[in-house]
Amino acid sequence: MNPTLDKLLGGKQGAIGLAVLAALILVVFPLLLDAFRLNMVGKYLTYAFVAVGLVLCWGYGGILSLGQGIFFGLGGYCMAMFLKLEASDPESTKIQSTPGIPDFMDWNQITELPMLWQPFHSFGFTLLAVIAVPVLLALVIGLTMFKRRVGDVYFSIVTQAIALILTVLIIGQQGYTGGVNGITDLKTLMGWDIRTDEAKLILYFVSAFLLFGCILLARFIIASKLGRLLLAMRDKEERVRFSGYDVASFKIFVFCVGAAFSAIGGAMFTLQVGFMSPSFVGIVPSIEMVIFAAVGGRLSLLGAVYGALLVNFGKTYFSESFPELWLYLMGGLFIAVVMYFPNGLAGLWDSHGKRWLTRIKPKANAPVKTEPVAKPVAKAAPTPELETTP
Amino acid sequence: MSPNPAGFQMPKPVLAIEGLTVSFDGFKAVDDLNLYIDRNEVRVVIGPNGAGKTTVLDLICGKTKATAGSIQFENRELTKMREFDIVRAGVGRKFQNPSIYENLTVFENLEMSYPKGRKVFGALFFKRSQAVIERVEQVATEIMLGEHLHMQADLLSHGQKQWLEIGMLLMQDPQLLMLDEPVAGMSVSERVATAELLKRISQGRSVLVIEHDMEFVKSIAHKVTVLHQGKVLAEGSMDAVQSNPKVIEVYLGH
Repeated sequence: MNPTLDKLLGGKQGAIGLAVLAALILVVFPLLLDAFRLNMVGKYLTYAFVAVGLVLCWGYGGILSLGQGIFFGLGGYCMAMFLKLEASDPESTKIQSTPGIPDFMDWNQITELPMLWQPFHSFGFTLLAVIAVPVLLALVIGLTMFKRRVGDVYFSIVTQAIALILTVLIIGQQGYTGGVNGITDLKTLMGWDIRTDEAKLILYFVSAFLLFGCILLARFIIASKLGRLLLAMRDKEERVRFSGYDVASFKIFVFCVGAAFSAIGGAMFTLQVGFMSPSFVGIVPSIEMVIFAAVGGRLSLLGAVYGALLVNFGKTYFSESFPELWLYLMGGLFIAVVMYFPNGLAGLWDSHGKRWLTRIKPKANAPVKTEPVAKPVAKAAPTPELETTP
Repeated sequence: MSPNPAGFQMPKPVLAIEGLTVSFDGFKAVDDLNLYIDRNEVRVVIGPNGAGKTTVLDLICGKTKATAGSIQFENRELTKMREFDIVRAGVGRKFQNPSIYENLTVFENLEMSYPKGRKVFGALFFKRSQAVIERVEQVATEIMLGEHLHMQADLLSHGQKQWLEIGMLLMQDPQLLMLDEPVAGMSVSERVATAELLKRISQGRSVLVIEHDMEFVKSIAHKVTVLHQGKVLAEGSMDAVQSNPKVIEVYLGH
């Protein structure tokens, strides 16, 4: 096989894992779930972008960001601003005292579209801003923190503080941001109604393909020398530094990549869910996103996707049935993962799942050649239960 | 150093440390230190615990910033440079405990120190070319790990780990190699092999070693510097230093 392609797919094992996940997301879910549930899975997948970014930053780079909601939110807000402007044409806002501006601005006695909003009339600019705004912020945070060697828990606390500050800022500036309600009532994307079932199905697939794009990019990074350097830095930072590497620049890079992934997730969230609000920016959602990565396995890109899906299925199920219990369950789950299986589900799969597979293989009398076929079945096994639960 | 009457130019030292002082909250760990190391020289720094030996290495490689004084390395002032720039200028430093990447193979450990792909995008698109493979194999043979190229590093013996770290420095072909207690925890045969290794790799470069093991020091040192309370107490051949009454006082007097 072409070495670059091999790198992207992560060898035979990686290719199989990717194929299973692709089958699950692109075939199984769309066939089995109704439009409402599929849209929910689509929403979960947008969190998977963040979790995949966290695998890079946290699992490989050792940078535990408790503020990924910042980037998810900024990406989402950039997209929401474009959609809101499109939904606020003079015709549909003619009952406002100032027609042609978003409704919440009108409620806040703003009579002119703020400068900050002007460029979001352009879809090209918006697409650029979805990535560039969060990445620039990540770059600034990274430069100020990592060049000064702020690391570990201090970095986590700072990211958390920034998430909180951004939330307060968004809520406080409600004339410009929609405040605590966020930016709502989004209707069309360049004239295409995003609220229909058909549009949601298409957006689900767009989201899924972008997610696989991010996974492949992350695999490329991990398989490169940069990926090995990240692991080396995590364990022996001094040795890497005194081997002639500017450790901070690698951390900044991977933090920016994580921010970009989160931002894409945020933009896809806005498109699929139809609004963006500060409740996806702050400390609590940011920590939830870390839990997705932790449950899935912080060293496994695919594990992170499963983690995001499973925890969110669980959240939906439990918060529908036992709303008051959910927070405790989530906390307990996180503690259990950290204490008993630090490598999450992916770690459990490596230590138990594979052994189980090799044990059932002779019983099934399967020749070696069909082993890859057995794996997808085993890995997909937990999903039917999941689909029946909600 | 008196001027040579015959007009013979003294070779400029590779490393010239002058008036080097570092003070931690008023405590001077290194105090007005002068030290010169020539090309092809193996210099061993000895001294009782707390004499400031490791701090001197920290100062040279930029891990600790000097309070005063200068460190000239091939006409470049190291005290103003960042750690990775010092490494790129040609200074390699081995830490006291073997500091290798346990989860990587011997090959990968050595490859990590290959002086290409050191920047973000360079590392992203770094390719394991034939030149890299040859260089890794050459260094692995030098450090007696040619047979273990694909062994995971944490399976190596303690002595082999020390060699591996030395190998990682050799990958960068440094002009100054600094080793902090390279034979600590090694068996007798490993010490002998390490002494041979140091003799081989000191060709064409300078080596600065901190060591406690006097037998080992004797077998490798061209010149010995004794540090005491951050200052040079004595300097010269091993025999001269060992018979120096001040040195005997410091080592045995307390």
